[in-house]
Amino acid sequence: MTAVLNAIMNIIEIPMRFAQRRLGLRRIAWVFLLPNLILFGIFAFLPVILNVIYALTGTDQVMLNDRTFVGFDNFITLATCTNHLDPNTCTQDLFWRAIYNSLWFVTLQVGFMVGLSLVTAIVLNGKIRARGFFRSVFFFPVLLSPVVVALIWKWILQREGLLNAGMDAFGLTPYNWLLDRNWAFIWSIFLSVWAHMGFYTLILLAGLQAIPRDVYDAALMDAATPFRTFRRITLPLLMPTMIVVLLLALIKGVQTFDEVYAFTGGGPGSATTFIIQYIYETGFAGTPRLFGLAAAASILLAIVLIGLTLIQLSVTRNKADG
Amino acid sequence: MGKIFTFLTRTRGIGRLHWTDWASYAYLLFGIVIMFGPVLWLVLSSFKSEAELQRFPPTFLPYAQEMISIEGYDKPLPLFEITNGEFAGKQAGQVRRIGLVSQLVRPEAPKDLIKMPLADRKPVERIDFAFENYGDLFKRFDFLRYLWNSVFITTMATLIMLLVNSMAAFALSKYHFRGRSTVLAMIVGTLMVPQTVVLVPLFLITRELGMLNSLWGVIIPGAATPTGVFLLRQYMLTIPDEILDAARMDKASEWKIFWRIVLPLSAPAIAVLAILAIMWRWNDFLWPLIVLSQNDKFTLQLALNSFQGQLTTQWSNLLAMTVLVLVPIAIVFAFLQKYIATGIASTGGK
Repeated sequence: MTAVLNAIMNIIEIPMRFAQRRLGLRRIAWVFLLPNLILFGIFAFLPVILNVIYALTGTDQVMLNDRTFVGFDNFITLATCTNHLDPNTCTQDLFWRAIYNSLWFVTLQVGFMVGLSLVTAIVLNGKIRARGFFRSVFFFPVLLSPVVVALIWKWILQREGLLNAGMDAFGLTPYNWLLDRNWAFIWSIFLSVWAHMGFYTLILLAGLQAIPRDVYDAALMDAATPFRTFRRITLPLLMPTMIVVLLLALIKGVQTFDEVYAFTGGGPGSATTFIIQYIYETGFAGTPRLFGLAAAASILLAIVLIGLTLIQLSVTRNKADG
Repeated sequence: MGKIFTFLTRTRGIGRLHWTDWASYAYLLFGIVIMFGPVLWLVLSSFKSEAELQRFPPTFLPYAQEMISIEGYDKPLPLFEITNGEFAGKQAGQVRRIGLVSQLVRPEAPKDLIKMPLADRKPVERIDFAFENYGDLFKRFDFLRYLWNSVFITTMATLIMLLVNSMAAFALSKYHFRGRSTVLAMIVGTLMVPQTVVLVPLFLITRELGMLNSLWGVIIPGAATPTGVFLLRQYMLTIPDEILDAARMDKASEWKIFWRIVLPLSAPAIAVLAILAIMWRWNDFLWPLIVLSQNDKFTLQLALNSFQGQLTTQWSNLLAMTVLVLVPIAIVFAFLQKYIATGIASTGGK
């Protein structure tokens, strides 16, 4: 392994040495940057420009010169509704359903996620034994693949599953959870909180541990009650971390797709179809492939994400400076 | 009794356990059940036979009915214990079942056929792990092909990403050149456009490069990550420039400085990034779903997802496959959890 690696590196050295002789020490940096810049250019910057072109053109052709310019028609198609509060009256009813689903989902999921992560982080920050063990208990689902997470819970929630067996034992009637629109939605929230809360717990725990001990000692001297200490010391000092966690959770929540798609397939009906699934189904899964509509929806999503990321970056920067 | 209680509630600090401590431990216990329970249940269930999986309410451990060979019958008969009537407490093999009546035969009297209601006998069972659920994956499904696809994508993508990103990080941390801050700003910019918002054009580009339905179509587009460049750059900034200058005095080429000095010194950061990259790639779903549409190019994640959608799929095989997909990540986590935790905390996830 090492021998192969050495050989590869030695071969790369020959052109690199030549480049260094030709370009000099200053410009050699560009040679090191080149592979990365090419990849970024092709797979990150070029797509952004092409996305706009797709959004402004129509037909189901993927090649750009086969597509016809339609201006803002795709955006208008997406936005046309007789009544915006009722998705049934929209030309793209699934798009509006996905938006409303996503809004509900993100609000509830982020709320529960941040709340539970905060509670867990505070408990883990207390004087408990085996902290490392308990920390990994809450963290390990973060590493599981979305499909695995979905199947684990599907197996528990199925008709003859563990949950129904438990309910049966208590004399309750077993229920087909994932065939009910509301329950499928609630379980999707549960599942994604279960899978991701360990990540936010970890960040909040680091934030809690960064609060200096002596502030608490001072509070103890003043005989402050634990509740008061929490409200007046812990919460304000944890606020910057909380905001970062909140924004990260929002950015990820808006992009929820994998685990819910594998869990419910977006159903029953369209009860758990979110915005990424709309893009996927419009552009790739359905026929005809409406690339223009998918691209237009992506741009709307991108605007939301860019806004959230800019706020997050500025908060992180302020936190680093302060 | 009182002494045991005192011992158990002793704390390392001052005084007794406060009620908040009890609440904390109760919460943590609940956490163990809700976090570990489902995974444990999945693993136990994966060892159950298909018939066992249909049983309601389910049992905790996998069972199988004992069989007994009785003289005069070609095949082994399912073993039952008689619970009621003349032969209560005796064991017997069931010959056949007609409606609500069961016909049994005792091993000590093979000629004597007993008829009794179903309720008067109960099956004799033993714990039995159905390892054939796993064996089937290799015989009836193309499991090895999917495993290979996943391993190939994960390995190649991680190696390429490490090389490309560390080269860029080296340039951005060890050279002062015109345009450095512009490049840095551009890389920050890409943080704002995750793959999920450029799916359509990315699909076109991948198609034009002839990489649709090719494993390279999954590997290459994700090779340059802003997160990777940043993580490595921050670390390389801490390596003193004097070391590099000393090497230059000795006429080492810049490339040699990069891979003989800077790379080895950045090993901790590279390890963190490698673990993250392996996890991202192994668990990747949406992009492979778009690029790979032929069954023989599926990764494990795609195969798992497509199996669960097929009506012919049996839960027994599906559960076994889920466990096999989970195992590599579990092993990585068990050995490297400290790195993973710090890595994820310092990069902010993806």
